[in-house]
Amino acid sequence: MANEVILLDFWPSMFGMRTRIALREKGVEFEYREEDLRNKSPLLLQMNPIHKKIPVLIHNGKPVNESIIQVQYIDEVWSHKNPILPSDPYQRAQARFWADFIDKKLYDAQRKVWATKGEEQEAGKKDFIEILKTLESELGDKPYFGGDDFGYVDIALIGFYTWFPAYEKFANFSIESEVPKLIAWVKKCLQRESVAKSLPDPEKVTEFVSELRKKFVPE
Amino acid sequence: MADEVILLDFWPSPFGVRARIALREKGVEFEYREENLRDKSPLLLQMNPVYKKIPVLIHNGKPVCESMNVVQYIDEVWSDKNPILPSDPYQRAQARFWVDFVDTKLFEPADKIWQTKGEEQETAKKEYIEALKTLESELGDKPYFGGDTFGFVDIAMTGYYSWFEASEKLANFSIEPECPTLMASAKRCLQRESVVKSLHDSEKILAFAYKIRKIYCV
Repeated sequence: MANEVILLDFWPSMFGMRTRIALREKGVEFEYREEDLRNKSPLLLQMNPIHKKIPVLIHNGKPVNESIIQVQYIDEVWSHKNPILPSDPYQRAQARFWADFIDKKLYDAQRKVWATKGEEQEAGKKDFIEILKTLESELGDKPYFGGDDFGYVDIALIGFYTWFPAYEKFANFSIESEVPKLIAWVKKCLQRESVAKSLPDPEKVTEFVSELRKKFVPE
Repeated sequence: MADEVILLDFWPSPFGVRARIALREKGVEFEYREENLRDKSPLLLQMNPVYKKIPVLIHNGKPVCESMNVVQYIDEVWSDKNPILPSDPYQRAQARFWVDFVDTKLFEPADKIWQTKGEEQETAKKEYIEALKTLESELGDKPYFGGDTFGFVDIAMTGYYSWFEASEKLANFSIEPECPTLMASAKRCLQRESVVKSLHDSEKILAFAYKIRKIYCV
């Protein structure tokens, strides 16, 4: 029986990007379906009744929710090529720890950078830079977070890069000057086909965030 | 070389409980070290520099942090008995989803039940019950979240089960009439040997809860 793989997604979502990359790393054919988050499809509501969020991976009719869980699922089902998680249990625990760190810390901090202003934004910006510095320190001299091979933590983080110009524009700072090694890592990841095909143009993301910001920060 | 396993922990922690249960499910000998959270040991700060929190599992000198990460690690290293995660990838994804739900939806209301009063506590109580009802619906007719066997989601929940009595007393409500089948599963879990050995009795936890409330001036 052929695999039927559908991804319910929203183009600027840094979470959706993770799943797109993972599927392409494994060479999985999938149907991408764009969701309108102000008018969610019945399929989305049926497949993710708890959170009603994208991305939703539907594999042969069965849903898998939460991007980081989807990446693990994809790695386990299509295990024949391009392993995403390391095989050693200790290295796997480290990879999970850092992906979880990104989920716990980076999302909320970056939100303050584009969705607020004044003191709140300044505080958010400081937090955001500190978190990126912690990640840069974890990367160290390695080409990728996992070492020589592109993997789980790289996939968890890279999508946020498409929002970087938006953060820089609205909070008036330069990310490259704060974390140059991390930007070097970004450039390396962008050369990878699965990443290049899965990430939107950061300029388009900035336009999108611009519109979104108006709702939170009336000028 | 014999395994050296140390667990840095804090006795009432529902997160520490998870690590203890997983180690006992696998029959792993370990050294339990109690941390004073107001005076954290240099070892804790060295082994978990990012969060400085317990539990921290130190296996042959190398740290693993975050309770559910610790549980998965234990399951993968000591894979010869009592599997914690299912073997099927789809079932594993479901187990991970529900553990994520437990950690994102139960934690804050549970915390607020302990640390607040009045309207804030009432709101927290409603959210807590709603989350428990969603979990009960997921449990369905199964004896455990994992089906016939005690597993990943059950381990995640057991820490919260150990706080049930204290939460009920602090916010003056009863969970059983709201979630009877979840309570039945909880009782089953609480009788398991690995769990009995890993939990302190509910009187002690209640006393601790009252102490916490005093600190928060409630």
